[in-house]
Amino acid sequence: MMKRLPSSFVMLLVAAIYFGVALSVDNAYHQLIFTLVLVWACFGLSWNMLSGYTGLVSFGHAAFFGLGAYATVLAQIHLNISPWIMIPVSGLIGAAAGLLVGLPTFRLRGHYFALSMLAYPLALLYVAEWLGLQEVTFPMKRVDAAWYMQFSDPRAYTAIALGMLLLFVQLTRYIERSRFGMALIAIKQNEAAAEAAGIDTLRWKLKAIALSGAIAGATGAFYSVVLLVVTPSSVFGMLVSAQALTVSMFGGVGTVWGPIIGAAILIPLGEILHAELGSTYPGIQGVILGIAIITVILLAPEGIYWKVRDRFRARRSMVPSAVDKLADNSVPDASLIIPPPLASTSSPLTRSPEPPLTAPTATPATPAATATAPPPRDLSTDVVMDVRNISKRFGGLKAVHDVSFSVRRGMILGIIGPNGAGKTTLFNLLNGFLKPDQGQVIIKGNDMAGRKPHVLCALGVGRTFQIMRPFMRLSVAQNVKVGAYVKAENDAQADAYAAQAVQRLGLSDCAHQLASTLTTRELRLMELARAVAGQPDILLLDETLAGLGHDESEDVVAAIRSLSQQGMTIVIIEHTMKAMVRLVDEFVVLDHGEVLTVGKPDTITRDKRVVEAYLGKKWSAQHAAD
Amino acid sequence: MTEFQILTEAFLQALVAGLLVGALYGLMCVGLAIIFGIMRVINFAQGDFMMLGMYVTYYIFIGLGVQTFVGSQFGPYLAILISVPVMFVVGYLVHYFLISRVTGSRTAALDGEGHYAQLILTLGIALVLQNGSMMLFGPQLVSIRTPLSSSAWELGPMWGDVLSIFVNKGRGISALISLAIIGLLAVLIGRTRLGKSLRAAADNPVASSYMGIDVTRAYRIAFALGTCITALAGGLLATNYPFHPFVGLEFVIIMYAGVVLGGIGSILGAFWGGMTIGLVQQLASLVLPTQLQNAAIFVFFLLIVTLRPQGLFGRVSERT
Repeated sequence: MMKRLPSSFVMLLVAAIYFGVALSVDNAYHQLIFTLVLVWACFGLSWNMLSGYTGLVSFGHAAFFGLGAYATVLAQIHLNISPWIMIPVSGLIGAAAGLLVGLPTFRLRGHYFALSMLAYPLALLYVAEWLGLQEVTFPMKRVDAAWYMQFSDPRAYTAIALGMLLLFVQLTRYIERSRFGMALIAIKQNEAAAEAAGIDTLRWKLKAIALSGAIAGATGAFYSVVLLVVTPSSVFGMLVSAQALTVSMFGGVGTVWGPIIGAAILIPLGEILHAELGSTYPGIQGVILGIAIITVILLAPEGIYWKVRDRFRARRSMVPSAVDKLADNSVPDASLIIPPPLASTSSPLTRSPEPPLTAPTATPATPAATATAPPPRDLSTDVVMDVRNISKRFGGLKAVHDVSFSVRRGMILGIIGPNGAGKTTLFNLLNGFLKPDQGQVIIKGNDMAGRKPHVLCALGVGRTFQIMRPFMRLSVAQNVKVGAYVKAENDAQADAYAAQAVQRLGLSDCAHQLASTLTTRELRLMELARAVAGQPDILLLDETLAGLGHDESEDVVAAIRSLSQQGMTIVIIEHTMKAMVRLVDEFVVLDHGEVLTVGKPDTITRDKRVVEAYLGKKWSAQHAAD
Repeated sequence: MTEFQILTEAFLQALVAGLLVGALYGLMCVGLAIIFGIMRVINFAQGDFMMLGMYVTYYIFIGLGVQTFVGSQFGPYLAILISVPVMFVVGYLVHYFLISRVTGSRTAALDGEGHYAQLILTLGIALVLQNGSMMLFGPQLVSIRTPLSSSAWELGPMWGDVLSIFVNKGRGISALISLAIIGLLAVLIGRTRLGKSLRAAADNPVASSYMGIDVTRAYRIAFALGTCITALAGGLLATNYPFHPFVGLEFVIIMYAGVVLGGIGSILGAFWGGMTIGLVQQLASLVLPTQLQNAAIFVFFLLIVTLRPQGLFGRVSERT
């Protein structure tokens, strides 16, 4: 679709036109507006880097901005250091502040994070006042004015700001496309799922806030140079943080263009209103600006960029999407990889009569029944995961109690049990969401109990979730790629792993569709692909068939079976016995957090205790009489 | 009077001041908590609703002749009483025309469940309210004068007749009214049918709608209630605190700090959160220079939130 080159070109063209227009303006105030648009766009990009991509809304970006501003003005006054040096140094200060703020604050989520961020700039504001820094002015320099960034021609500031903005835009765009950006977007969609996909979320969040703080610090430093005066409320004030939010949200969050669009509209509007009406009707500029913001956000709640883009996409949706190498390679193979069992789903009865449990008229196993069970497979004796006496209690509730079982290479292990038996808790213990109170999870000879999810994922434990967590704004291929990074050395390898996984699950046809356009069946397959892309040794599947109709679930079962035939070890939680009986090699039955029994499908379905646990004593007594 | 007695007196005086201010902050926080706790909407205009409450009270007091008929002693409190339904209607309308468009079922498909849209919308509302008030009321400081706020009750003298504590009458009455309102609210939310539907809507909006609760209406009432309670706190504050159109900014942060301290979702917790903020602010003045009084609030706030992320009174409700 010739996307990258033109948008870089368009960007440079817009920058050139902008600068051309700015050059022709000789009114100093109007020139200042040209500079301020760029400054606030930079600040918006800083905010967007953290909050736009990770979804952790920060109300405290003024902290970084103000630290940069004060550092620059104080360094010039006391140490006679030029802003040319202090702007990058302020970037470093901002980055350091970002890490300091991030380490404690990232323990919080959602609204707690957002509101806690408020406290940092406000505490700094009062500290600055207490230190007597109410109004700090840059000393005028007559000699070497340019070295101290004091230009008689205000257009010089516009040029510098434009340079900074282009730098930050390039940086953001680079990150948007890289593993870094993917990690952040994954965190935004679902932090738990991201961890499970092998993303070290804390590390990426710290990187994001450091970078974001750096941009904010440098921008604040430059802003102070432009205005020549620094006051606590002009750099630490709540309105400064709000400005970053406003331009980004108005323009569109989570895209490099959002803050730029927002700043380009809101800053001139505000300033011009202020200049034209501010003196005659004080306050009217704020009212008009407020009404403008309200109106736009009611019409485009996600910001202007996304509104325009969605409209554009909608108009274009009839045109098939771009075909690139991923789709090219995989489309012809799609039919080949559909495993044989799928073909037989058209006549499920011939292959598997209803298993005893689902049929009230269950008869004791006959040779016929055994014949229809899946052919017993030769399983490796190599244990890939050994769970020993694992327990977890929540207060007085023994959610999982003294559970032991082992998973052998290449097998499909089914974990069944009634609601509340502790199945999902068990998975959470196995992949690191929860720390077991006691017991061991031996993987590759090491006890991995209680390690973080991303560590376990890197070690080869992949998982899917009961509630699907697709990344809606990403394409299928991109969704899967997020899962591939854990084992991939670079982007090319991640692409390769993703393409392979997409193909293995038969999703090649829709690889380039947005996840938001998929059916439930395709989403389930996509989640499987995402887990498979991380090249796991063991795949934990949590109710993968939930919410699927009969035919759909047959497709997914077929896909799981084909993964297994290709050598994947699978542990699956499921309610639907029927599908499970034909799929798994061995069952672990849980009830009230304990292992009720372990065994082959045909023995399990006839086990009285299992039937009781599932259907209650009454049912089992009635039907035992038959 | 020994040095120890002087210190004790200073401490007790700060404690009383903290309790009185804290009761008012607590009421403000409760107003916000009703909105935030029930609707999970971050409303940046909350401070400005409080400011509006102050002006409405002021104009009812001066303009509607309450002062002439009732006098300055109790007139302000009557004016505050009248301002409550006015602000309820304001909140109701703001929700009806603006907030409801970016909350509830409409936002399910939006990025971040519409939080971005809510934030910027309320920022826009705040801008309009602040600047609109400046156009209407002017930028100068205004205060509601009552003789009560320049006189005090003396507790004491005690401890060998050397130690007395002064309780400002205006602040004392405001604090008592706050407590009474909190009591009423506790009954409204805990005992009535309306309260039940509000709590249900807060707990699980989808399930509530299946149970026949009109969630949008519950939200609207919550928003209006939260608005008028914060505005009422503003009116009480105004009897003792000169204000201007941008006064909301000073308090919106205190309100959020209180709500988070108390634990998001806990309405009574918000009162204690606000109370804590008031106490920290006043007690900090014993050891810190005045400029750092507010910095102390935020440092304390960060400490608590980092050590106990669910707030002082909140419960953890996160699930994977």
